[in-house]
Amino acid sequence: MSVLVNKDTRLIVQGITGKEGSFHTAGCKEYGTNVVGGVTPGKEGQKAEGVPVFNTVRRAKDATGANATVIFVPPPFAADAIFEAVESGIELVICITEGIPVYDMIKVKQYMSGKSSRLIGPNCPGIITPGQAKIGIMPGHIHIPGPVGVVSRSGTLTYEAVGQLTGLGIGQSTCVGIGGDPVNGTDFIDVIKLFNDDDQTEAICMIGEIGGSAEEDAARYIQENVKKPVVGFIAGQTAPPGRRMGHAGAIISGGKGTADEKMKIMRECGISVVKSPADLGETIKQALFGATNN
Amino acid sequence: MKIHEYQAKEVIRKFGVPTPDGSVIETADADAINEIVDELGLPVVVKAQIHAGGRGKGGGVKLAKTREEVIEYSNEILGMNLVTHQTGPEGQLVKTILIEEGLDIARELYLGIVIDRETSRAAIMASEEGGMEIEEVAANTPEKIMKVWVDPAIGLMPSQARELAFFLKLEGAAFKAGVKFIMSLYKAFEAKDCSLAEINPLLITGDNEVIALDCKMNFDDNALFRQKEIVECRDLNEEEELEIEASKYDLNYIKLDGSIGCMVNGAGLAMATMDIIKIEGGEPANFLDVGGGASEEQIENAFRIILADESVKGIFINIFGGILRCDRLANGVVNAARKINVTAPVIIRMEGTNVDEGKKILAESGFNFIVADGMRDGAKKAVSAITATA
Repeated sequence: MSVLVNKDTRLIVQGITGKEGSFHTAGCKEYGTNVVGGVTPGKEGQKAEGVPVFNTVRRAKDATGANATVIFVPPPFAADAIFEAVESGIELVICITEGIPVYDMIKVKQYMSGKSSRLIGPNCPGIITPGQAKIGIMPGHIHIPGPVGVVSRSGTLTYEAVGQLTGLGIGQSTCVGIGGDPVNGTDFIDVIKLFNDDDQTEAICMIGEIGGSAEEDAARYIQENVKKPVVGFIAGQTAPPGRRMGHAGAIISGGKGTADEKMKIMRECGISVVKSPADLGETIKQALFGATNN
Repeated sequence: MKIHEYQAKEVIRKFGVPTPDGSVIETADADAINEIVDELGLPVVVKAQIHAGGRGKGGGVKLAKTREEVIEYSNEILGMNLVTHQTGPEGQLVKTILIEEGLDIARELYLGIVIDRETSRAAIMASEEGGMEIEEVAANTPEKIMKVWVDPAIGLMPSQARELAFFLKLEGAAFKAGVKFIMSLYKAFEAKDCSLAEINPLLITGDNEVIALDCKMNFDDNALFRQKEIVECRDLNEEEELEIEASKYDLNYIKLDGSIGCMVNGAGLAMATMDIIKIEGGEPANFLDVGGGASEEQIENAFRIILADESVKGIFINIFGGILRCDRLANGVVNAARKINVTAPVIIRMEGTNVDEGKKILAESGFNFIVADGMRDGAKKAVSAITATA
C-alpha cells in the first residue's frame, strides 16, 4: 500500500505546454507515472510529451478517465486552475505553482469546503510513491520503496531527508509535499491520518518550518491518535522574527510560530524531534529498528 | 511589502476611511511649514515616516503647539536616526515627515485586520485598549479583544461590523461612523491584497468622529503583480542594500549577523543550513535561496551579494539538486568564482547526478574549494575553515 497515488493513478497536467509543465511531464512519464493527458486552453488536438492536449479539464477527464491533476499554471491563473479541476470532479489536485496571492487561496479554500476533491499544495514539490508514481518536480531516483511516510512543507529539505533515508537503505511509502504557503490545501494532520491508516507505513517523518501552527496542531493529533513512531524537524531555528524566509508562510509574527515553540510542543506530544537536520535519517532508523549498539 | 503611514492613509482615504488632514515634507523649509500650519491650524503633530513601529517612544512623533515648535520639531526629526524596538540598534534615517492636524482625543481604540492562517480567513480584531501593542493585550487580557472572521464568499457583513462597534462601546453618531469605518477598512484590505491593516489608535473625537490616527498596512508580496499603485509606494531607503540588489536577480536573500555566507537551493533547506551552521558552532551570515535551477548566472550573482557583506569569512554552498547535474553545477561555481575572484574559503556540498565528475572539476579548478559529504560535514568544514583564517 501507499497513500494518495500509486501505479493506477491516471494523471493529467494543467499547463502541459508551458516550459515547466512540459519538462516535468517528461520527468513524471520517465518515472513511470501514468500520464494520460494535458490541458492548455486553445491547444486541443495537439500532442505534448506524447499525450493528448485538451481545452478544458472536463474534456480531458471525460476523454481519459483522469483521477488526478498536477498544476503548472502561472500564479495569476493558478487559483482558477484549481477551481476548474475541482469543479470537474478530479479527486486529487496537486498544485506546484509558487506565488499565488493569499486572497485567491482563501477563496479557493472556502469554495472547496464540502467538495470531495483533495488539494495538495500550492507551492510544493508534489507527491511520490516510490516505484509507482511521481507527480511533481522531485528527483525520482533518490527514492526507494519502503516503510517511511514523509510529509513536509519544504521541497529540497524533503529531498535531504529522503536522501539520508535511502542512503541508510530505508525506503519510503509515500512522500507528500504540502507546500510552503500560509493558506494551503491538505495539511500535516490530513497526511498523518493517511499514513496512520496505511499498512505499508511503519514510521512517519514530518518536516515543518517556522510560521503558523500546523505543526503544533498535528503534534496534538499525533499524541491522541498515532501509535506509529514519528520523527520531526523544524527548519528556521536561527531565523529572525518578522522576516519572510523564502516561503510565504515561513515567518515568525508577533512572537508566534517560532521553531523553539513548535519543537517543544512536538516533543511534549511524543514526537522524536531532531535539532540537526543531519540526524533525520539515523533517528528514523532508530525509531524503526530500535537503538543500535554499534 | 510595507508602506509608510502617510501612504497607507492615502490608500484608505480612497475607500472612505476618515484620516486627519495633513501634509508630507522632505525638507524642513520654513515657508512650506508655515503654509501647512496656515492650512491645518495649531496644534499639529509632527510624525517621522519610517516603516518600523514604536516611533513615538523613540522621539519620532511630537505634538507642536506653536509655529516655532513645528519648525523646531520638523528640523529635529527630519534627518534623525530614529531608533525603536523594531529598527534594531542601528536605527533608521528619517527622510520624510507627516505634519497632521492635532485632534481632540476623547477615546483611543484599536482596530486591526489580518489573515488568520488557522481559519484561512481574514480576521478583524477590535479592542478598547488603543495605543498599546495588540500582541501584549492578546497575551495578558485576551478578553479585551473581540474577533470576527470574514467569510470570503460573502464578505464582511454589516452585522459583524455592528458587533465590533458595540463591543467598542460606540454610541450615537460614533456608532454609525464606526460601522462605516470598519466596513470601509475591510474593503480596502481585500481590494489591495493586504496581509495586515492596523489602525492603532482608532480615534474617537469629542465630536463623535471616528478617525484613523495611525495606519499601518502590509501587503501580500504574491499579489503585487495586480497592485501597481502599492508597488509605486516602495521605499528603497527602508531596505537593506544587498537585499535590493538580490531582489533584482530573483534571489531570496536576507542579511544576518554571522560570518558564514550560505548559498542554498530551496527555502526550507536554506533555513536548515543556517540552523546546522549554528549547531556546529558557527553563525550564518545570511539566508539565500538561489532557486531550483542554481544556474551559473544565479551562482555568480549570489557570490557577489554574499561577498559584499564584509563580515563574511567563508561560504557554504549546499545544493541538493537531484535532477541537477553536479558537473554542470561545479562548472558554474568555478566560472562564477573566477569572474568574481573569490578568495574566501568555499565549502561545497552537492547532491545530484555525476557527483564524482563534479568533485573532480572543483578539485582541479585551482580554487580553495573544500568538498563536503553531507550537510553536517559541510557545516563542520565551514566552521573550521573560518576559524583557521581568523
